[in-house]
Amino acid sequence: MKPESRSDVQKTRILVLIVVVTNVLGNVLLSRGMHQVGRIISASPVDYLRAFANPSAVIGICILALWMLSDLALLSRADLSFVLPVTASAYILIALLGHFFLHDRISWQRWAGIVLITGGVILAEETPARTTEGPPERLL
Amino acid sequence: MKWLLVAIIAVCNTLGDVLNTAGMKRQGEVEDLSPWTLLKMVRKILRNPLVLAGFAALAVSFFALLSLLSITTVSFAVPATAVSYLLETLLAKYVLREDVRWRRWAAATLVACGVVMLSF
Repeated sequence: MKPESRSDVQKTRILVLIVVVTNVLGNVLLSRGMHQVGRIISASPVDYLRAFANPSAVIGICILALWMLSDLALLSRADLSFVLPVTASAYILIALLGHFFLHDRISWQRWAGIVLITGGVILAEETPARTTEGPPERLL
Repeated sequence: MKWLLVAIIAVCNTLGDVLNTAGMKRQGEVEDLSPWTLLKMVRKILRNPLVLAGFAALAVSFFALLSLLSITTVSFAVPATAVSYLLETLLAKYVLREDVRWRRWAAATLVACGVVMLSF
């Protein structure tokens, strides 16, 4: 197992933060944009291009592209079994943002969900981010 | 049909993430997020068959999700997401050879249950 230096741990933490924030921000903006565009039910991809006329949707898509890149960067330095639970904090952020800014009511089931996911994030955070050295030998 | 789509979403999502992880590990650690580093990363990805296969799998999963949403409600997609968390942890341990012990199993299980509870 590779010993992690402090700066390595710090870099991975910052990447996790970027992945979570871009995920939430991108989805919120894209969803707002798509609501403004209105319903698109069509088999033709051209109709979906209408979304590109909406600034919220366009910024949302750009931020989601950034999310994809930062997620791949994170996977280059951390275990998948670490990244998955840790980045699930995006769910918590979305629920809380909806509650405080859009005044969504959070039912007790949803609070329970938030608590469970928080527990998962904390547990995974306590494990070292990377437990392998070099690429996985067994795959291809 | 619905359950077939749920299965396709879960399997392709898992496959996509595992392939991307394997591909990115092979490519080497990304040290910072400067535009130059990201550009280099993208250029390497375009020649990385593992990550490209991962993207293909994620694309299939995405279109299966769109079809599922067109015939049923969002809540039907939740089991697929929840199952993915457990399936991916399983493959992370046995295919990617990650050191998955009780903390990570518990974390994946808690998140999977949490995702289900959030959908209510």
